[in-house]
Amino acid sequence: MSVNRAQRVDLEVVTDLIPPNSRVLDVGSGDGLLLELLQETKQVDGRGLELSQRGVNECVARGLSVIQGDADTDLKFYPDKGFDFVVLSQTMQATRNPKIVLDELLRIGNRAIVSFPNFGHWRVRFSLLIKGRMPVTRDLPYSWYDTPNIHFCTIRDFVNLCEELGATVEKATALDAAGQKIGLSMPWWFWNFFGQQAVFLLKR
Amino acid sequence: MAAQRVARTNDEADHPSSPLLQFGPDRPLKLDAGTLLSPFQIAYQTYGALNDARSNAILVCHALTGDQHVASTNPVTGKPGWWEVLIGPGKIIDTNRFFVICSNVIGGCLGSTGPASTNPVTGKPYGLDLPIITIRDMVRAQAMLVDHFGIDKLFCVLGGSMGGMQVLEWAASHSERVFCALPIATGARHSSQNIAFHEVGRQAVMADPDWHGGKYLDFGKRPEKGLAVARMAAHITYLSEAALHRKFGRNLQDREALTFGFDADFQIESYLRHQGMTFVDRFDANSYLYLTRAMDYFDLAADHGGRLADAFAGTRTRFCLVSFTSDWLFPTGESRSIVHALNAAGASVSFVEIETDRGHDAFLLDEPELFAAINGFIASAARARGLGA
Repeated sequence: MSVNRAQRVDLEVVTDLIPPNSRVLDVGSGDGLLLELLQETKQVDGRGLELSQRGVNECVARGLSVIQGDADTDLKFYPDKGFDFVVLSQTMQATRNPKIVLDELLRIGNRAIVSFPNFGHWRVRFSLLIKGRMPVTRDLPYSWYDTPNIHFCTIRDFVNLCEELGATVEKATALDAAGQKIGLSMPWWFWNFFGQQAVFLLKR
Repeated sequence: MAAQRVARTNDEADHPSSPLLQFGPDRPLKLDAGTLLSPFQIAYQTYGALNDARSNAILVCHALTGDQHVASTNPVTGKPGWWEVLIGPGKIIDTNRFFVICSNVIGGCLGSTGPASTNPVTGKPYGLDLPIITIRDMVRAQAMLVDHFGIDKLFCVLGGSMGGMQVLEWAASHSERVFCALPIATGARHSSQNIAFHEVGRQAVMADPDWHGGKYLDFGKRPEKGLAVARMAAHITYLSEAALHRKFGRNLQDREALTFGFDADFQIESYLRHQGMTFVDRFDANSYLYLTRAMDYFDLAADHGGRLADAFAGTRTRFCLVSFTSDWLFPTGESRSIVHALNAAGASVSFVEIETDRGHDAFLLDEPELFAAINGFIASAARARGLGA
Protein backbone atom coordinates (compact mmCIF):
# COMPACT_ATOMS: atom_id res chain seq x y z
CA MET A 1 0.00 0.00 0.00
CA SER A 2 1.38 3.34 -0.96
CA VAL A 3 -0.43 5.51 1.52
CA ASN A 4 0.52 5.53 5.17
CA ARG A 5 -2.31 5.91 7.55
CA ALA A 6 -3.43 4.10 10.65
CA GLN A 7 -7.09 4.88 10.05
CA ARG A 8 -8.21 3.72 6.64
CA VAL A 9 -11.68 5.23 6.53
CA ASP A 10 -11.84 4.48 2.81
CA LEU A 11 -11.80 0.74 3.66
CA GLU A 12 -15.10 1.12 5.49
CA VAL A 13 -16.57 2.95 2.51
CA VAL A 14 -15.36 0.15 0.21
CA THR A 15 -16.76 -2.52 2.53
CA ASP A 16 -20.17 -0.82 2.57
CA LEU A 17 -20.34 -1.08 -1.22
CA ILE A 18 -19.93 -4.87 -1.26
CA PRO A 19 -22.89 -7.17 -0.52
CA PRO A 20 -22.35 -10.36 1.51
CA ASN A 21 -20.96 -13.51 -0.15
CA SER A 22 -19.59 -11.65 -3.19
CA ARG A 23 -16.55 -12.82 -5.12
CA VAL A 24 -13.92 -10.13 -4.62
CA LEU A 25 -10.44 -9.55 -6.04
CA ASP A 26 -8.37 -7.00 -4.12
CA VAL A 27 -5.64 -5.63 -6.36
CA GLY A 28 -2.78 -4.33 -4.23
CA SER A 29 -3.99 -6.15 -1.13
CA GLY A 30 -1.00 -5.06 0.98
CA ASP A 31 -1.07 -6.67 4.39
CA GLY A 32 -4.57 -8.04 3.80
CA LEU A 33 -6.47 -5.49 5.91
CA LEU A 34 -9.36 -5.05 3.49
CA LEU A 35 -9.62 -8.76 2.62
CA GLU A 36 -9.76 -9.67 6.30
CA LEU A 37 -12.40 -6.99 6.94
CA LEU A 38 -14.47 -8.24 4.00
CA GLN A 39 -14.21 -11.86 5.10
CA GLU A 40 -15.23 -11.05 8.66
CA THR A 41 -18.08 -8.69 7.91
CA LYS A 42 -19.33 -9.87 4.51
CA GLN A 43 -18.17 -13.49 4.27
CA VAL A 44 -16.84 -12.78 0.80
CA ASP A 45 -14.89 -15.23 -1.35
CA GLY A 46 -11.83 -12.98 -1.41
CA ARG A 47 -8.59 -13.13 -3.40
CA GLY A 48 -5.65 -10.79 -3.36
CA LEU A 49 -2.90 -9.69 -5.72
CA GLU A 50 0.05 -7.97 -4.08
CA LEU A 51 3.40 -6.76 -5.36
CA SER A 52 5.43 -7.17 -2.18
CA GLN A 53 6.45 -10.75 -1.45
CA ARG A 54 6.63 -9.97 2.25
CA GLY A 55 3.02 -8.75 2.24
CA VAL A 56 1.92 -11.87 0.35
CA ASN A 57 3.64 -14.28 2.73
CA GLU A 58 2.06 -12.53 5.71
CA CYS A 59 -1.38 -12.70 4.11
CA VAL A 60 -1.06 -16.41 3.31
CA ALA A 61 0.19 -17.14 6.82
CA ARG A 62 -3.03 -15.50 8.04
CA GLY A 63 -5.08 -17.77 5.82
CA LEU A 64 -5.87 -15.27 3.06
CA SER A 65 -5.87 -16.31 -0.57
CA VAL A 66 -3.22 -14.01 -2.01
CA ILE A 67 -0.65 -14.29 -4.76
CA GLN A 68 2.41 -12.24 -5.59
CA GLY A 69 1.94 -10.24 -8.75
CA ASP A 70 1.97 -6.87 -10.46
CA ALA A 71 -1.26 -5.02 -11.32
CA ASP A 72 0.44 -3.67 -14.43
CA THR A 73 1.31 -7.08 -15.87
CA ASP A 74 -0.64 -9.84 -14.16
CA LEU A 75 -4.29 -8.81 -14.46
CA LYS A 76 -4.37 -10.21 -17.98
CA PHE A 77 -4.34 -13.75 -16.56
CA TYR A 78 -7.79 -13.34 -14.98
CA PRO A 79 -10.89 -14.33 -16.97
CA ASP A 80 -13.63 -11.88 -18.01
CA LYS A 81 -16.18 -11.16 -15.28
CA GLY A 82 -14.58 -13.69 -12.94
CA PHE A 83 -15.42 -11.55 -9.92
CA ASP A 84 -18.40 -9.60 -8.65
CA PHE A 85 -16.08 -6.82 -7.48
CA VAL A 86 -12.51 -5.91 -8.23
CA VAL A 87 -11.08 -3.44 -5.74
CA LEU A 88 -8.15 -1.12 -6.37
CA SER A 89 -7.64 0.54 -3.03
CA GLN A 90 -5.03 3.30 -2.77
CA THR A 91 -2.96 1.55 -5.42
CA MET A 92 -3.86 3.20 -8.74
CA GLN A 93 -1.43 6.08 -8.27
CA ALA A 94 1.44 3.58 -7.94
CA THR A 95 0.73 1.74 -11.21
CA ARG A 96 2.71 2.41 -14.38
CA ASN A 97 -0.38 2.54 -16.57
CA PRO A 98 -3.54 3.40 -14.61
CA LYS A 99 -5.67 3.53 -17.76
CA ILE A 100 -4.86 -0.05 -18.75
CA VAL A 101 -5.21 -1.23 -15.16
CA LEU A 102 -8.64 0.40 -14.88
CA ASP A 103 -9.67 -1.14 -18.19
CA GLU A 104 -8.62 -4.56 -16.86
CA LEU A 105 -10.57 -4.05 -13.62
CA LEU A 106 -13.71 -3.34 -15.62
CA ARG A 107 -13.11 -6.47 -17.72
CA ILE A 108 -12.44 -8.81 -14.78
CA GLY A 109 -15.14 -7.56 -12.42
CA ASN A 110 -18.85 -6.98 -12.86
CA ARG A 111 -18.06 -3.85 -10.89
CA ALA A 112 -14.86 -2.08 -10.02
CA ILE A 113 -14.22 -0.11 -6.85
CA VAL A 114 -11.38 2.39 -6.96
CA SER A 115 -10.19 4.49 -4.05
CA PHE A 116 -7.42 7.06 -4.41
CA PRO A 117 -5.99 10.19 -2.83
CA ASN A 118 -7.31 13.34 -4.52
CA PHE A 119 -4.51 15.50 -5.86
CA GLY A 120 -7.02 18.31 -6.29
CA HIS A 121 -7.44 18.69 -2.53
CA TRP A 122 -6.89 22.27 -1.35
CA ARG A 123 -3.85 21.35 0.77
CA VAL A 124 -2.12 19.94 -2.29
CA ARG A 125 -3.01 23.01 -4.33
CA PHE A 126 -1.94 25.27 -1.48
CA SER A 127 1.44 23.60 -1.14
CA LEU A 128 2.24 24.00 -4.81
CA LEU A 129 0.71 27.46 -5.21
CA ILE A 130 2.00 29.19 -2.11
CA LYS A 131 5.01 27.19 -0.95
CA GLY A 132 6.11 26.14 -4.42
CA ARG A 133 6.89 22.69 -3.06
CA MET A 134 5.62 19.25 -3.96
CA PRO A 135 3.01 18.42 -1.35
CA VAL A 136 3.89 16.19 1.59
CA THR A 137 0.80 15.57 3.70
CA ARG A 138 -0.38 13.05 6.25
CA ASP A 139 -1.96 10.97 3.47
CA LEU A 140 0.92 11.49 1.06
CA PRO A 141 3.96 11.38 3.29
CA TYR A 142 6.62 10.77 0.62
CA SER A 143 9.07 13.23 -0.86
CA TRP A 144 9.01 13.61 -4.64
CA TYR A 145 12.22 11.59 -5.05
CA ASP A 146 11.22 8.50 -3.06
CA THR A 147 7.50 8.24 -3.69
CA PRO A 148 6.07 5.04 -5.17
CA ASN A 149 3.15 7.17 -6.30
CA ILE A 150 3.90 8.06 -9.90
CA HIS A 151 0.43 8.77 -11.31
CA PHE A 152 -1.56 11.14 -9.17
CA CYS A 153 -4.86 12.49 -10.38
CA THR A 154 -7.68 14.67 -9.16
CA ILE A 155 -11.29 13.59 -8.78
CA ARG A 156 -12.12 15.52 -11.98
CA ASP A 157 -9.29 13.78 -13.86
CA PHE A 158 -10.57 10.41 -12.74
CA VAL A 159 -14.14 11.15 -13.81
CA ASN A 160 -12.79 12.07 -17.25
CA LEU A 161 -10.85 8.80 -17.47
CA CYS A 162 -13.98 6.84 -16.58
CA GLU A 163 -15.81 8.55 -19.43
CA GLU A 164 -12.97 7.70 -21.82
CA LEU A 165 -13.17 4.04 -20.80
CA GLY A 166 -16.94 3.95 -21.13
CA ALA A 167 -17.41 3.26 -17.44
CA THR A 168 -20.50 4.38 -15.58
CA VAL A 169 -20.03 5.91 -12.14
CA GLU A 170 -22.67 4.12 -10.08
CA LYS A 171 -21.63 5.71 -6.83
CA ALA A 172 -18.93 8.08 -5.69
CA THR A 173 -17.89 9.12 -2.23
CA ALA A 174 -15.42 11.80 -1.21
CA LEU A 175 -13.92 11.92 2.25
CA ASP A 176 -12.68 15.16 3.74
CA ALA A 177 -9.56 15.60 5.84
CA ALA A 178 -11.42 14.38 8.94
CA GLY A 179 -12.52 11.22 7.15
CA GLN A 180 -16.12 12.46 6.92
CA LYS A 181 -18.20 11.87 3.82
CA ILE A 182 -18.88 15.00 1.82
CA GLY A 183 -22.57 15.60 1.19
CA LEU A 184 -24.00 14.12 -1.99
CA SER A 185 -25.67 17.39 -2.94
CA MET A 186 -22.34 19.17 -3.29
CA PRO A 187 -21.09 19.92 -6.84
CA TRP A 188 -17.99 18.20 -8.35
CA TRP A 189 -15.79 21.28 -7.87
CA PHE A 190 -16.53 21.20 -4.15
CA TRP A 191 -15.64 17.50 -3.94
CA ASN A 192 -12.50 18.12 -5.93
CA PHE A 193 -11.45 20.90 -3.58
CA PHE A 194 -12.35 19.44 -0.20
CA GLY A 195 -12.19 15.70 -0.84
CA GLN A 196 -8.94 14.25 0.42
CA GLN A 197 -9.80 10.76 -0.76
CA ALA A 198 -12.37 9.42 -3.19
CA VAL A 199 -14.04 6.05 -3.60
CA PHE A 200 -15.75 5.21 -6.89
CA LEU A 201 -18.06 2.33 -7.77
CA LEU A 202 -17.83 1.70 -11.51
CA LYS A 203 -19.55 -0.52 -14.04
CA ARG A 204 -19.18 -1.07 -17.76
CA MET B 1 25.90 -52.48 7.88
CA ALA B 2 25.62 -51.44 4.24
CA ALA B 3 25.06 -55.08 3.24
CA GLN B 4 22.29 -55.34 5.79
CA ARG B 5 20.65 -52.23 4.39
CA VAL B 6 20.86 -53.64 0.87
CA ALA B 7 19.29 -56.91 1.98
CA ARG B 8 16.59 -54.94 3.74
CA THR B 9 15.95 -52.81 0.66
CA ASN B 10 15.65 -55.94 -1.51
CA ASP B 11 13.28 -57.46 1.00
CA GLU B 12 11.11 -54.34 1.35
CA ALA B 13 10.25 -54.47 -2.37
CA ASP B 14 8.05 -57.55 -2.02
CA HIS B 15 7.46 -57.78 1.71
CA PRO B 16 7.48 -54.30 3.16
CA SER B 17 7.25 -53.66 6.86
CA SER B 18 4.46 -51.17 6.05
CA PRO B 19 0.78 -52.04 5.79
CA LEU B 20 0.02 -53.41 2.36
CA LEU B 21 -2.97 -53.22 0.06
CA GLN B 22 -3.04 -55.90 -2.62
CA PHE B 23 -5.15 -55.75 -5.76
CA GLY B 24 -5.92 -59.04 -7.47
CA PRO B 25 -6.61 -59.75 -11.15
CA ASP B 26 -10.14 -58.38 -10.72
CA ARG B 27 -8.80 -54.91 -9.93
CA PRO B 28 -5.96 -54.07 -12.32
CA LEU B 29 -4.24 -50.69 -12.50
CA LYS B 30 -4.85 -49.08 -15.88
CA LEU B 31 -1.58 -47.57 -17.07
CA ASP B 32 -1.02 -44.64 -19.43
CA ALA B 33 1.36 -46.96 -21.34
CA GLY B 34 -1.81 -48.69 -22.56
CA THR B 35 -1.48 -51.89 -20.53
CA LEU B 36 -2.84 -53.16 -17.25
CA LEU B 37 -0.71 -53.80 -14.19
CA SER B 38 -2.08 -56.78 -12.35
CA PRO B 39 -1.77 -57.97 -9.71
CA PHE B 40 -0.21 -55.02 -7.93
CA GLN B 41 0.25 -53.76 -4.41
CA ILE B 42 0.54 -50.47 -2.53
CA ALA B 43 2.61 -50.09 0.63
CA TYR B 44 1.54 -47.21 2.83
CA GLN B 45 1.71 -45.62 6.25
CA THR B 46 -1.01 -43.75 8.10
CA TYR B 47 -0.85 -41.49 11.11
CA GLY B 48 -3.70 -40.23 13.30
CA ALA B 49 -7.32 -41.30 13.03
CA LEU B 50 -9.97 -40.84 10.38
CA ASN B 51 -12.96 -38.94 11.81
CA ASP B 52 -16.54 -40.20 11.51
CA ALA B 53 -17.32 -37.89 8.62
CA ARG B 54 -14.12 -39.10 6.88
CA SER B 55 -13.33 -35.48 6.14
CA ASN B 56 -9.96 -35.04 7.86
CA ALA B 57 -7.70 -37.07 5.58
CA ILE B 58 -4.48 -35.60 4.22
CA LEU B 59 -2.58 -37.41 1.48
CA VAL B 60 1.15 -36.76 1.37
CA CYS B 61 2.87 -37.48 -1.95
CA HIS B 62 6.56 -38.27 -1.77
CA ALA B 63 9.37 -37.06 -4.01
CA LEU B 64 11.65 -39.04 -6.33
CA THR B 65 13.72 -40.79 -3.69
CA GLY B 66 11.21 -40.50 -0.84
CA ASP B 67 8.93 -43.18 0.50
CA GLN B 68 5.84 -43.77 2.62
CA HIS B 69 7.73 -43.28 5.89
CA VAL B 70 6.88 -39.60 6.08
CA ALA B 71 6.50 -39.29 9.85
CA SER B 72 7.93 -42.49 11.32
CA THR B 73 11.31 -44.19 11.41
CA ASN B 74 12.48 -45.52 8.07
CA PRO B 75 12.94 -49.30 8.35
CA VAL B 76 15.89 -49.35 5.93
CA THR B 77 17.93 -46.38 7.12
CA GLY B 78 16.74 -46.21 10.72
CA LYS B 79 16.41 -42.44 10.24
CA PRO B 80 13.39 -40.31 11.22
CA GLY B 81 10.58 -39.89 8.70
CA TRP B 82 11.47 -37.50 5.86
CA TRP B 83 8.90 -34.83 6.80
CA GLU B 84 8.82 -35.17 10.59
CA VAL B 85 9.66 -31.47 10.90
CA LEU B 86 6.20 -30.78 9.51
CA ILE B 87 4.02 -33.80 10.32
CA GLY B 88 3.32 -35.43 13.67
CA PRO B 89 1.46 -34.97 16.94
CA GLY B 90 1.26 -31.24 17.72
CA LYS B 91 3.18 -30.35 14.54
CA ILE B 92 1.88 -28.02 11.82
CA ILE B 93 0.18 -30.97 10.19
CA ASP B 94 -1.10 -32.30 13.47
CA THR B 95 -1.74 -36.02 13.47
CA ASN B 96 -3.88 -35.59 16.58
CA ARG B 97 -6.25 -33.77 14.30
CA PHE B 98 -5.72 -35.11 10.79
CA PHE B 99 -5.55 -38.58 9.32
CA VAL B 100 -2.34 -38.55 7.27
CA ILE B 101 -1.81 -41.11 4.51
CA CYS B 102 1.43 -41.59 2.60
CA SER B 103 1.98 -44.40 0.12
CA ASN B 104 5.01 -45.58 -1.78
CA VAL B 105 4.48 -44.67 -5.46
CA ILE B 106 3.94 -47.32 -8.09
CA GLY B 107 7.38 -47.82 -9.63
CA GLY B 108 9.01 -47.27 -6.24
CA CYS B 109 11.07 -49.80 -4.32
CA LEU B 110 9.71 -49.82 -0.79
CA GLY B 111 6.77 -52.13 -1.16
CA SER B 112 4.49 -50.76 -3.87
CA THR B 113 4.81 -52.63 -7.15
CA GLY B 114 7.94 -51.53 -8.97
CA PRO B 115 10.78 -52.93 -11.06
CA ALA B 116 12.32 -54.70 -8.03
CA SER B 117 9.02 -56.45 -7.26
CA THR B 118 8.58 -60.06 -8.31
CA ASN B 119 6.86 -60.47 -11.66
CA PRO B 120 4.20 -63.12 -11.00
CA VAL B 121 4.59 -64.43 -14.55
CA THR B 122 8.32 -65.21 -14.32
CA GLY B 123 8.82 -65.46 -10.59
CA LYS B 124 11.76 -63.06 -11.02
CA PRO B 125 12.01 -59.30 -10.44
CA TYR B 126 10.27 -57.27 -13.15
CA GLY B 127 13.36 -55.27 -14.08
CA LEU B 128 12.65 -53.49 -17.35
CA ASP B 129 9.64 -55.72 -18.05
CA LEU B 130 7.58 -53.39 -15.92
CA PRO B 131 5.67 -50.99 -18.19
CA ILE B 132 6.64 -47.31 -18.00
CA ILE B 133 4.83 -45.67 -15.08
CA THR B 134 3.54 -42.07 -15.22
CA ILE B 135 2.63 -39.55 -12.55
CA ARG B 136 -1.01 -40.10 -13.51
CA ASP B 137 -0.61 -43.85 -12.95
CA MET B 138 0.79 -43.19 -9.48
CA VAL B 139 -2.20 -40.97 -8.70
CA ARG B 140 -4.65 -43.52 -10.09
CA ALA B 141 -3.22 -46.10 -7.70
CA GLN B 142 -3.37 -43.64 -4.78
CA ALA B 143 -7.03 -43.02 -5.59
CA MET B 144 -7.66 -46.76 -5.22
CA LEU B 145 -5.97 -46.63 -1.81
CA VAL B 146 -8.13 -43.65 -0.81
CA ASP B 147 -11.21 -45.61 -1.96
CA HIS B 148 -10.09 -48.44 0.30
CA PHE B 149 -10.38 -46.10 3.29
CA GLY B 150 -13.88 -45.09 2.19
CA ILE B 151 -12.79 -41.49 1.72
CA ASP B 152 -14.73 -39.58 -0.93
CA LYS B 153 -12.93 -36.31 -0.56
CA LEU B 154 -9.45 -35.71 0.79
CA PHE B 155 -9.12 -32.62 2.93
CA CYS B 156 -5.68 -31.92 1.53
CA VAL B 157 -3.15 -33.35 -0.90
CA LEU B 158 0.38 -32.04 -0.51
CA GLY B 159 3.90 -32.79 -1.62
CA GLY B 160 7.10 -31.31 -3.00
CA SER B 161 8.96 -31.85 -6.27
CA MET B 162 7.72 -35.14 -7.81
CA GLY B 163 5.23 -35.16 -4.93
CA GLY B 164 4.04 -31.73 -6.11
CA MET B 165 3.50 -33.15 -9.60
CA GLN B 166 1.22 -35.78 -8.06
CA VAL B 167 -0.64 -33.04 -6.18
CA LEU B 168 -1.23 -31.17 -9.45
CA GLU B 169 -2.35 -34.39 -11.14
CA TRP B 170 -4.78 -35.07 -8.28
CA ALA B 171 -6.18 -31.57 -8.59
CA ALA B 172 -6.52 -31.91 -12.35
CA SER B 173 -7.91 -35.42 -12.71
CA HIS B 174 -9.75 -35.85 -9.38
CA SER B 175 -10.57 -32.25 -8.49
CA GLU B 176 -13.88 -33.15 -6.85
CA ARG B 177 -11.96 -35.35 -4.40
CA VAL B 178 -9.49 -32.66 -3.29
CA PHE B 179 -10.62 -29.89 -0.94
CA CYS B 180 -7.25 -28.16 -0.91
CA ALA B 181 -3.97 -28.73 -2.69
CA LEU B 182 -0.45 -27.73 -1.71
CA PRO B 183 2.09 -28.30 -4.48
CA ILE B 184 5.55 -27.21 -3.33
CA ALA B 185 8.73 -26.59 -5.35
CA THR B 186 7.31 -28.21 -8.45
CA GLY B 187 6.20 -27.63 -12.02
CA ALA B 188 3.37 -28.55 -14.34
CA ARG B 189 5.96 -30.08 -16.65
CA HIS B 190 9.55 -31.19 -16.52
CA SER B 191 11.79 -28.67 -18.26
CA SER B 192 14.33 -29.62 -20.90
CA GLN B 193 17.12 -28.97 -18.40
CA ASN B 194 15.49 -31.27 -15.85
CA ILE B 195 15.09 -34.04 -18.43
CA ALA B 196 18.75 -33.53 -19.31
CA PHE B 197 19.89 -34.03 -15.72
CA HIS B 198 17.75 -37.14 -15.42
CA GLU B 199 19.19 -38.54 -18.63
CA VAL B 200 22.71 -38.11 -17.25
CA GLY B 201 21.65 -40.11 -14.19
CA ARG B 202 20.04 -42.87 -16.20
CA GLN B 203 23.01 -43.18 -18.52
CA ALA B 204 25.30 -43.45 -15.50
CA VAL B 205 23.22 -46.36 -14.19
CA MET B 206 23.05 -48.08 -17.55
CA ALA B 207 26.80 -47.66 -18.14
CA ASP B 208 27.57 -49.67 -15.02
CA PRO B 209 28.40 -53.27 -16.12
CA ASP B 210 26.63 -54.50 -12.99
CA TRP B 211 23.35 -53.17 -14.38
CA HIS B 212 23.12 -56.21 -16.71
CA GLY B 213 20.50 -54.65 -18.98
CA GLY B 214 18.29 -54.14 -15.95
CA LYS B 215 18.48 -57.80 -14.80
CA TYR B 216 21.07 -57.23 -12.06
CA LEU B 217 18.93 -58.74 -9.28
CA ASP B 218 18.87 -62.03 -11.21
CA PHE B 219 22.68 -61.99 -11.07
CA GLY B 220 22.78 -61.01 -7.41
CA LYS B 221 24.35 -57.69 -8.34
CA ARG B 222 23.49 -53.98 -8.08
CA PRO B 223 24.83 -51.17 -10.29
CA GLU B 224 26.07 -49.27 -7.27
CA LYS B 225 28.72 -47.18 -8.98
CA GLY B 226 26.35 -46.00 -11.69
CA LEU B 227 23.54 -45.21 -9.30
CA ALA B 228 25.93 -43.38 -6.97
CA VAL B 229 27.08 -41.15 -9.83
CA ALA B 230 23.43 -40.52 -10.78
CA ARG B 231 22.71 -39.50 -7.21
CA MET B 232 25.78 -37.26 -7.01
CA ALA B 233 24.78 -35.37 -10.15
CA ALA B 234 21.17 -35.07 -9.02
CA HIS B 235 22.15 -33.97 -5.53
CA ILE B 236 23.92 -30.92 -6.93
CA THR B 237 20.65 -29.85 -8.54
CA TYR B 238 18.87 -30.06 -5.19
CA LEU B 239 21.21 -27.49 -3.64
CA SER B 240 22.27 -24.02 -4.69
CA GLU B 241 25.63 -22.56 -5.51
CA ALA B 242 25.34 -20.22 -2.53
CA ALA B 243 24.53 -23.06 -0.14
CA LEU B 244 27.36 -25.23 -1.45
CA HIS B 245 29.79 -22.38 -1.09
CA ARG B 246 28.57 -21.55 2.39
CA LYS B 247 28.84 -25.16 3.50
CA PHE B 248 32.02 -26.32 1.75
CA GLY B 249 33.71 -23.46 -0.06
CA ARG B 250 37.03 -24.77 -1.39
CA ASN B 251 37.79 -26.43 1.94
CA LEU B 252 40.03 -29.48 1.87
CA GLN B 253 38.94 -32.81 3.28
CA ASP B 254 41.12 -34.05 6.20
CA ARG B 255 44.28 -32.71 4.66
CA GLU B 256 46.48 -29.63 4.71
CA ALA B 257 47.30 -29.41 1.01
CA LEU B 258 46.27 -30.63 -2.41
CA THR B 259 47.52 -34.16 -3.09
CA PHE B 260 48.04 -33.75 -6.84
CA GLY B 261 45.87 -36.79 -7.43
CA PHE B 262 42.23 -37.75 -7.87
CA ASP B 263 41.36 -38.49 -4.28
CA ALA B 264 38.57 -36.47 -2.74
CA ASP B 265 40.77 -33.48 -1.90
CA PHE B 266 37.83 -31.16 -1.47
CA GLN B 267 35.11 -31.46 1.13
CA ILE B 268 32.44 -31.14 -1.54
CA GLU B 269 33.83 -34.21 -3.34
CA SER B 270 33.86 -36.22 -0.15
CA TYR B 271 30.33 -35.06 0.67
CA LEU B 272 28.98 -36.03 -2.75
CA ARG B 273 30.68 -39.43 -2.65
CA HIS B 274 29.06 -40.03 0.73
CA GLN B 275 25.66 -39.00 -0.63
CA GLY B 276 26.10 -41.41 -3.54
CA MET B 277 27.26 -44.33 -1.36
CA THR B 278 24.47 -44.08 1.20
CA PHE B 279 21.82 -43.68 -1.49
CA VAL B 280 22.63 -46.95 -3.28
CA ASP B 281 22.08 -48.93 -0.08
CA ARG B 282 18.49 -47.80 0.18
CA PHE B 283 17.34 -47.40 -3.40
CA ASP B 284 16.82 -49.66 -6.37
CA ALA B 285 18.56 -48.54 -9.57
CA ASN B 286 15.77 -49.57 -11.92
CA SER B 287 13.28 -47.79 -9.71
CA TYR B 288 15.41 -44.67 -10.18
CA LEU B 289 15.10 -45.10 -13.94
CA TYR B 290 11.33 -45.52 -13.81
CA LEU B 291 10.64 -42.63 -11.46
CA THR B 292 12.90 -40.16 -13.29
CA ARG B 293 11.10 -41.18 -16.50
CA ALA B 294 7.73 -40.56 -14.87
CA MET B 295 8.82 -37.03 -14.01
CA ASP B 296 10.19 -36.43 -17.53
CA TYR B 297 6.91 -37.52 -19.10
CA PHE B 298 4.84 -35.23 -16.88
CA ASP B 299 3.27 -32.38 -18.86
CA LEU B 300 -0.10 -31.41 -17.46
CA ALA B 301 -0.86 -28.84 -20.16
CA ALA B 302 -0.16 -31.36 -22.93
CA ASP B 303 -2.67 -33.72 -21.29
CA HIS B 304 -5.29 -30.96 -21.64
CA GLY B 305 -4.97 -29.80 -25.21
CA GLY B 306 -1.89 -27.67 -24.57
CA ARG B 307 -3.63 -25.18 -22.29
CA LEU B 308 -2.72 -25.54 -18.63
CA ALA B 309 -5.76 -23.55 -17.47
CA ASP B 310 -7.98 -26.25 -19.00
CA ALA B 311 -6.46 -28.79 -16.61
CA PHE B 312 -8.12 -26.85 -13.80
CA ALA B 313 -11.34 -25.75 -15.53
CA GLY B 314 -14.23 -25.44 -13.09
CA THR B 315 -12.11 -26.50 -10.12
CA ARG B 316 -13.35 -25.71 -6.62
CA THR B 317 -10.15 -26.87 -4.97
CA ARG B 318 -8.24 -24.28 -2.94
CA PHE B 319 -4.60 -24.05 -3.95
CA CYS B 320 -1.47 -22.83 -2.27
CA LEU B 321 1.77 -22.95 -4.24
CA VAL B 322 5.20 -22.49 -2.75
CA SER B 323 8.54 -21.90 -4.47
CA PHE B 324 12.03 -21.08 -3.22
CA THR B 325 14.21 -18.26 -4.53
CA SER B 326 17.33 -20.43 -4.92
CA ASP B 327 15.60 -23.49 -6.45
CA TRP B 328 17.05 -23.88 -9.93
CA LEU B 329 15.42 -27.26 -10.55
CA PHE B 330 11.90 -25.85 -10.23
CA PRO B 331 12.43 -22.07 -10.31
CA THR B 332 9.70 -19.70 -9.20
CA GLY B 333 8.63 -19.14 -12.82
CA GLU B 334 7.36 -22.74 -12.95
CA SER B 335 5.04 -22.11 -10.00
CA ARG B 336 4.05 -18.73 -11.36
CA SER B 337 2.86 -20.21 -14.64
CA ILE B 338 0.67 -22.64 -12.67
CA VAL B 339 -0.68 -19.69 -10.67
CA HIS B 340 -1.54 -17.84 -13.88
CA ALA B 341 -3.33 -20.91 -15.21
CA LEU B 342 -5.27 -21.21 -11.95
CA ASN B 343 -6.16 -17.50 -12.15
CA ALA B 344 -7.43 -18.05 -15.67
CA ALA B 345 -9.51 -20.97 -14.40
CA GLY B 346 -10.95 -18.72 -11.69
CA ALA B 347 -9.50 -20.93 -8.95
CA SER B 348 -8.81 -19.91 -5.38
CA VAL B 349 -5.05 -19.69 -5.20
CA SER B 350 -2.35 -18.47 -2.85
CA PHE B 351 1.27 -18.32 -3.87
CA VAL B 352 4.33 -17.66 -1.75
CA GLU B 353 7.94 -17.52 -2.79
CA ILE B 354 10.26 -18.22 0.14
CA GLU B 355 13.58 -16.40 0.33
CA THR B 356 16.28 -18.98 1.05
CA ASP B 357 19.66 -20.07 -0.30
CA ARG B 358 19.02 -23.75 0.42
CA GLY B 359 17.83 -24.59 -3.09
CA HIS B 360 15.26 -27.19 -4.12
CA ASP B 361 15.73 -29.27 -0.97
CA ALA B 362 14.48 -26.37 1.15
CA PHE B 363 11.02 -27.96 1.12
CA LEU B 364 12.34 -30.79 3.29
CA LEU B 365 14.05 -28.50 5.77
CA ASP B 366 13.06 -26.40 8.73
CA GLU B 367 11.99 -23.22 6.91
CA PRO B 368 9.89 -21.04 9.25
CA GLU B 369 8.30 -19.03 6.44
CA LEU B 370 7.31 -22.20 4.61
CA PHE B 371 5.74 -23.53 7.79
CA ALA B 372 3.91 -20.24 8.42
CA ALA B 373 2.42 -20.36 4.93
CA ILE B 374 1.39 -24.02 5.23
CA ASN B 375 -0.04 -23.38 8.69
CA GLY B 376 -2.12 -20.37 7.55
CA PHE B 377 -3.37 -22.16 4.46
CA ILE B 378 -4.30 -25.40 6.25
CA ALA B 379 -5.95 -23.55 9.15
CA SER B 380 -8.10 -21.41 6.87
CA ALA B 381 -9.04 -24.40 4.68
CA ALA B 382 -9.88 -26.46 7.78
CA ARG B 383 -12.27 -23.72 8.94
CA ALA B 384 -13.91 -23.69 5.52
CA ARG B 385 -14.19 -27.48 5.63
CA GLY B 386 -15.81 -27.33 9.06
CA LEU B 387 -12.91 -29.07 10.77
CA GLY B 388 -12.65 -27.52 14.23
CA ALA B 389 -9.30 -26.60 15.72
